[in-house]
Amino acid sequence: MNSRRIERRFNIIRTLVAIAASLGIAIVIILLVSKDPWNALYNFLVGPVTSLRRFCNVLELAIPLTFCGLAVSMIFSAGLSNLAAEGSFYTACATTALAAILLDLPPVIHPIVCLLIGTATGILVMGIPAVLKLKWNANELVSSLMLNYICLYIATYLIRTQVLDSSLGITGSVSFQTTASLPNLVAGTRLHLGLVFVIIAIIVCWLTLYRTKLGYSVRMIGHNEHFSRYSGMKVGGTLLVVQLIGGALAGFGGATEMIGMYTRFQYQGLTQYGFDGMLIAIIARYNPALVPIAAVFLSYIRTGADIMNRTSDVPMEIISVIQAGIIMLIVAKKFLNTFEYKQVVNQSKERLEEKEM
Amino acid sequence: MNGTQSKPEARHGDILRMEGITKIYHNGFVANNRVDFSVRYGEIHALAGENGAGKSTLMKILFGEEVPQEGRILYQGEEVRISSPLAAIEMGIGMVHQHFMLVPSLTVAENIVLGMEPQRFGLLDIKKAATMTRQVAEKYGLPIDPYARVEDLSVGLKQRVEMLKVLIRGAQVLILDEPTAVLTPQETVDIFRELQTLRDMGHTIIFITHKLSEIKQICDRITIIRDGQTIAVRDVEGISEQEISKLMVGRDVSLDIQKRKAEAGEVILRLEDASYYDVAGRQLLKDISLVIKGGEILGIAGIEGNGQNELAELICGMRSLKQGRIEINGTSVQGKSIRDIREMGVSTVSQDRMTYGVAVEADITSNIMSNRYYKKAYNKGPFLDGKKMRAESARLVSEYSIKCDGIETPVKMLSGGNMQKVVVAREFSSEPSLIVANQPTRGIDVGAAELVRNRLIRLRDDGAAVLLISADLMEVLSLSDRLVVFYNGAITAYFESLDGLTPEETGEYMLGLKQMELRQIRGDILEQQTH
Repeated sequence: MNSRRIERRFNIIRTLVAIAASLGIAIVIILLVSKDPWNALYNFLVGPVTSLRRFCNVLELAIPLTFCGLAVSMIFSAGLSNLAAEGSFYTACATTALAAILLDLPPVIHPIVCLLIGTATGILVMGIPAVLKLKWNANELVSSLMLNYICLYIATYLIRTQVLDSSLGITGSVSFQTTASLPNLVAGTRLHLGLVFVIIAIIVCWLTLYRTKLGYSVRMIGHNEHFSRYSGMKVGGTLLVVQLIGGALAGFGGATEMIGMYTRFQYQGLTQYGFDGMLIAIIARYNPALVPIAAVFLSYIRTGADIMNRTSDVPMEIISVIQAGIIMLIVAKKFLNTFEYKQVVNQSKERLEEKEM
Repeated sequence: MNGTQSKPEARHGDILRMEGITKIYHNGFVANNRVDFSVRYGEIHALAGENGAGKSTLMKILFGEEVPQEGRILYQGEEVRISSPLAAIEMGIGMVHQHFMLVPSLTVAENIVLGMEPQRFGLLDIKKAATMTRQVAEKYGLPIDPYARVEDLSVGLKQRVEMLKVLIRGAQVLILDEPTAVLTPQETVDIFRELQTLRDMGHTIIFITHKLSEIKQICDRITIIRDGQTIAVRDVEGISEQEISKLMVGRDVSLDIQKRKAEAGEVILRLEDASYYDVAGRQLLKDISLVIKGGEILGIAGIEGNGQNELAELICGMRSLKQGRIEINGTSVQGKSIRDIREMGVSTVSQDRMTYGVAVEADITSNIMSNRYYKKAYNKGPFLDGKKMRAESARLVSEYSIKCDGIETPVKMLSGGNMQKVVVAREFSSEPSLIVANQPTRGIDVGAAELVRNRLIRLRDDGAAVLLISADLMEVLSLSDRLVVFYNGAITAYFESLDGLTPEETGEYMLGLKQMELRQIRGDILEQQTH
């Protein structure tokens, strides 16, 4: 249908305009505040592709972002607002760190066990708001948001009491055993095997959501829960399962990040990857196939901002301006609506005239 | 077309003209295509057309709820811009919606003065409000108790409150959107008398309807709309029901339903003393006993909200039974999930299409597959068999003549009638042995309704049992083989045969004016299975 094509086209245009407008604002701010704006802009926009190491930085950062984006996309597709991806990711990082330090295992087995423990942790954390919702209809938005802070303190507690390296000035664990880490992909960078895992995860998520019974019922429940129940779908069970899948993705992502990128646990607060996952899922309209694009975009401007931070007088925080702008413009349903409506009206009129001729 | 003579009144000519109105919605649907519409002082003017023809849109524009792309509105000879319902009311145009816009927990007087409350020391002056209500009620001959709570009123009285609400604000033109859709025959007689009184007092009434007999009964002139265009403007006296229907649909429609005598087979659905209570402990269904056999249609007549909906939802597992027994093909439904019950051969058409019938954002195929996607036939290994699903969907789209631009079209872009066809295509194509059809033709156009009714009969002829719940009395009377009447959650009448049963008589049972002996009914109904 014509109007449907217009709607689709406008979804893309809306996203692009939102990104362009936010970038535009950021650029204006940089021009206003920087003493050497052209250098700052160059480093911000082109910096990430000026060396292989920098480009690998973009990809490294995109891995956890994609895992969390996938987790949130799966959950949001079902119409849920469970934000526990953050807590799942963070707690999984801590338990993975424990496993990487405390277990004595041979090389290949050790990272596999670490990943499994991280995944299980993610499922467990995500399961709390999911079960509260299923059993007592507790609002998952509230319970998951609160849960994230409980996760922060439990993870900190585990690290401090079990594996604290008191020689560091900050809360950090002792070093992981060398048997635990994931192999590197590109020498001289930190790009690790997680990249392969994340590509597999993207494909599995897309197939699950668009090609399986489970995915079909998840999407239908997301569209209309009453309709799904009346058609005979097991709504409660499906919602539980999809949240646990989300937890597994976030947990696996946390574990991969831990043993892929680091040699010790040294987060000082929530990583924000879970919340970034929400931003990514919204830009990607919950479609797993689009999640990596959104994740790489976000990771690119973050890496660019980081480079700019180090090479010019503009601080990293300019990123928040861009993110806020994108989120507001994409979520605003009526943004560019008048243009779309005008096109729809014109097209309908043309068709009417054709019919009458 | 304006050459006909009209009744003598204070002012002649048109009170209202709408010229060249075009309205295109966000999804590209052209609801009105250069529509012309005019009404005169002191007439009852029927606005007729199928659902989706554009009547409601036209009236929404008149009442300031929608803005047209083209066209102009002349009110009492002057061009006006109606930007909001408030502006419409100030001008003297009032609308009584089909779904009442009342606050159920407030009294009649409070509802009527809402937004123009008389005040005393900054608080609502209830006495004054009641006096105002009485005055307007007396003036227009629409008596009502100002202190009654709206939730306790019958549907007919609620509608009266709506009309008073409009009249107290000084409406000269009243728009009534299918006012009789929810009324019994007796209440319909009342409202017609009231409308005639209003007309004689000089008010202009626009009467939206697709019930032909009502047009003939009380309307002076008629405007017929089809596919968003004005098809005809006539004096009602000079046009027959057949002609109106032909103009509305654009082809001949048989108003009679053709069906042969039922050949009842085995008992399929059996209810014994089924009761249901809501969370507040109110009994919504009282000891319902019913038997339906394969090959017959059992109709349930009754005003909406008398337990029919609860009954339908009990049978298909949406609610759980509190007392009594429900058996399908000899198996109790107690403790069974909705899918279990559907697997037992039950199909249901819900009365609330938008909530239960379809997922509007999803495409047609997804909507059709919702009750069968998990079956082996539609799966290949771990994946859904998309090819097969699309083939089945395409087959049903053509079999049920669903008007769309392909099976990928989101359901939200279909008209109400076509949406219902999607529901019916899904529910009727699963080889059901029992069909619970709850208001299957509500709010859909004549053509789609005809298709749904014929399909129900065909399923019956193929041996399925059909439970038909409908607020459209003519529909239940013409389709059913046997009939029960619901009133206040109980069966108050049972008719073994519908021969000679009149709408008026049925209406008396529906209103609770008459009641059969309950014990006797139960015996008669349950005895069915032994024949």
